[in-house]
Amino acid sequence: MPEQLAFTIEVFLNGLMAGVLYALVALGFVLIYKASGIFNYAQGVMALFAALTLVGIMEGQVPFGHLINAILGTEVHHFGWHIPAFLAIVLTMVVMIVLAYCVQRFVFRYLVGQEPIILFMATIGLAYFLEGVGDLMWGSEIKTLDVGLPQGINVWIDEFTYNATGYGFFIDNLDIVASIVAAVLVIGLVMFAQYTKQGRAMRAVADDHQAALSVGVSLNFIWILVWSLAGFVALVAGIMWGAKSGVQFSLSLIALKALPVLMLGGFTSIPGAIVGGLIIGVGEKLFEFAVGPMVGGATENWFAYVLALIFLVFRPQGLFGEKIIERV
Amino acid sequence: MERDSVKDQADSYVTNDGRTIGPTVMEMKNITLRFGGVEAIKDISFDIREGEIRAIIGPNGAGKSSMLNVISGFYVPQEGEVWYKGAKRPPMKPYQVAQQGIARTFQNIALFEGMSVLDNVMTGRLTQMKTGMLAQSFWKGAAEREEIENREIAEKVIDFLEIQAIRKTPVARLPYGLKKRVELARALAAEPTILLLDEPMAGMNVEEKEDMSRFILDVNDEFGTTIALIEHDMGVVMDLSDRVVVMDYGRKIGDGSPDEVRNNQEVIDAYLGVAHD
Repeated sequence: MPEQLAFTIEVFLNGLMAGVLYALVALGFVLIYKASGIFNYAQGVMALFAALTLVGIMEGQVPFGHLINAILGTEVHHFGWHIPAFLAIVLTMVVMIVLAYCVQRFVFRYLVGQEPIILFMATIGLAYFLEGVGDLMWGSEIKTLDVGLPQGINVWIDEFTYNATGYGFFIDNLDIVASIVAAVLVIGLVMFAQYTKQGRAMRAVADDHQAALSVGVSLNFIWILVWSLAGFVALVAGIMWGAKSGVQFSLSLIALKALPVLMLGGFTSIPGAIVGGLIIGVGEKLFEFAVGPMVGGATENWFAYVLALIFLVFRPQGLFGEKIIERV
Repeated sequence: MERDSVKDQADSYVTNDGRTIGPTVMEMKNITLRFGGVEAIKDISFDIREGEIRAIIGPNGAGKSSMLNVISGFYVPQEGEVWYKGAKRPPMKPYQVAQQGIARTFQNIALFEGMSVLDNVMTGRLTQMKTGMLAQSFWKGAAEREEIENREIAEKVIDFLEIQAIRKTPVARLPYGLKKRVELARALAAEPTILLLDEPMAGMNVEEKEDMSRFILDVNDEFGTTIALIEHDMGVVMDLSDRVVVMDYGRKIGDGSPDEVRNNQEVIDAYLGVAHD
């Protein structure tokens, strides 16, 4: 196999893996948008918050440690225990469910029936609030997140491809895990939405509030459920990104990369979020590889947004978005 | 005028066409509903008996829809009591009322536009589903059996209302008359104790109205469903209903069999207008 072709394939594969991570963030957006029509700007921050909480719990960090010390003049930083990853993930999920309840109880309950732009503004507020609370609770230093996921080059793939083609592909183990997790997550969410009572109720709420009430669906319950699910997806995304590049506040900026993903895949489609993520991931890697050197590089920064713009012009509902049916 | 003595009977009686009307299932006692300074409903009382078709009629703005919204929990009245199945009902959210077996349709149609007809009808089964969500995700055992049972009932309702041909069609594509029928199907799928219909024939042509009337009668006859409906069209109401409540400006001005109501002077005045001199 010629070196150039092999290298292109490797770039392609790595693009797929990067796309999976974009898709994970985009998934959270889709869930909330589908069920409540809210575009949740805070989804990226939720991923950050989940990752921070997970690290904090695992390392036995005292929440609000700096605040407590400043007020009481004490010197507490750590409880002095280490909690196993699995238990910490469960505890973090509990925190995310409590967060979902609070978001619904203290913010969106009062905004039922408001314009989408007002709900969107509320999520921007929520994003900054959460970022601040995350900082206050767990501190702002960069942390490493190690939940025991395999990392580094997958030796088996490297050797296998080297023997087969004479060129060893470099695929990160973490990316493979992320892909598997994303696949399981998507299958689970689609099955949940299609086949369960709560899933059907969720779709009903997304479609029409009044009609949902009339068939016996509690809006409050469904919204808390949906925010919890989004919190769960945020936690998964937070773990993957955190394991890859450390838990730092720039994590919340990945959320912006999820925007072009959503425009491609459609705001209302779970599979769309995945396909959109993959297209963006592969697209920007290949584009950088092929065109980057000619224009001085750094095309990854803007490629996704240009692609999204093109889509907005020609297919505003995205690849998988619900078709806009208009009766005249 | 065989029905004249109806009100005095405590228990069931049989109508002219052979249907059995049972005892009172719902009673509204002195309901008053205000929006700010406007009294939409003024001290109204009436009852609904098991198995009957009860109509609420009146001119525009009489408070008919408000009354239906009180029954279905969308409005909470400032005064008065709602009695359901022999017990006083505490203030409830609409979804709780639905869970108690009161299904409804809306004047302006509230369907899940993005879903297929079948999915819409299946949402009507939500109140009847018991299995937990984990079991349902994996679709095993009890959950599977339940899904199949619910699907059977949904299909039966679809057959009954003759909408098999559009089962898989997204509701947004359907014409108005069919949407009304799908909404009726969804309400019926819940196997409700009381079915509330808010102007089921509004905006329909004569043929569609006849179809809808037939379906309402069939539903009542076949399933024994108690139906309370609001309708503008006097002719339709008189043909359909067993008893009629007449409202005007939030007050009740008549209550009784269609014949009684038809001959009530106050009702005639309200509908035809009266010279004030």
